[in-house]
Amino acid sequence: MKTAVIRFPGSNCDRDMQVALRQLTGQEPNIIWHSETTIGDDIDFIAIPGGFSYGDYLRSGALAARSAIMQDIVRAAERGVPMIGICNGFQVLTETRLLPGALMRNSGLDFVCRDVSLKANPNASPMLTELSADTSYSIPVAHHDGNYFADQETLDELEAEGRIAFRYEDNPNGSMRNIAGIVNKRGNILGMMPHPERAVDPACGGTDGATILRSMLAATMAAA
Amino acid sequence: MKIRVHVTLKPGVLDPQGRATHHTLENMGFDGIEDVRCGRMIDLEVAPTVTDEDIADMCRKLLANTVIENFDIVRFDMDAAAA
Repeated sequence: MKTAVIRFPGSNCDRDMQVALRQLTGQEPNIIWHSETTIGDDIDFIAIPGGFSYGDYLRSGALAARSAIMQDIVRAAERGVPMIGICNGFQVLTETRLLPGALMRNSGLDFVCRDVSLKANPNASPMLTELSADTSYSIPVAHHDGNYFADQETLDELEAEGRIAFRYEDNPNGSMRNIAGIVNKRGNILGMMPHPERAVDPACGGTDGATILRSMLAATMAAA
Repeated sequence: MKIRVHVTLKPGVLDPQGRATHHTLENMGFDGIEDVRCGRMIDLEVAPTVTDEDIADMCRKLLANTVIENFDIVRFDMDAAAA
């Protein structure tokens, strides 16, 4: 399986993501620079990593969302290619409008950097079916702008369609309805603030992140 | 031609920065503040051929995130200012 990690100026979780994907797929992911115009037709899974793309200038993720590579990622999304955007990657996905809503300054104004406990909705997407609704997943967050906002109508739609993939058990940032991650209507795009790629090794505090990524990759493999 | 774009949070969108600034002003002893909202101001220098609709398009596509923000365009007539 061919995976790709997108790298913007200021990405800083790209190498963690690279290590996680290498470990979980047994193959080296392609690292794709933001100014490239194509991700390639053979890519089965795309990861948009965390960081501070373009220094968070204007709004977090705003400038990365208009970069050359994102135009091809929008096309890949339309083809149904599975993808995950983590932290700044989630912000980029909302800025491109591939996912609804926006990520605003944390309600406490602090940068929050700690492990959080998440509840998953395995039915949100075919990519999450290996997760359990009864388990608490411990995943680190590290962000200043993770406060999920959408209008009531959008929130109600996300709820009704079961598209809230992850909720915080102890909301660290003021996100509406405790939202930590959502999927698009088709279910091939997941955006989440917590960092599963930072929880793939017992030596680094746990492997719940590997469980999440493994579920996504298994679904990708099954569909390919 | 000078254009000034004001980007402000939509009414009803929580503004933690505005709220914290409000609290700090009160702690400093300023009375009578009813609300504080933080926004962004962007100055553009553009050719005379650039229309208001072009600027609005820039706002919708990049300068503002219309999920959470409104924008307001102010056009400065430099000739009039100089006269």
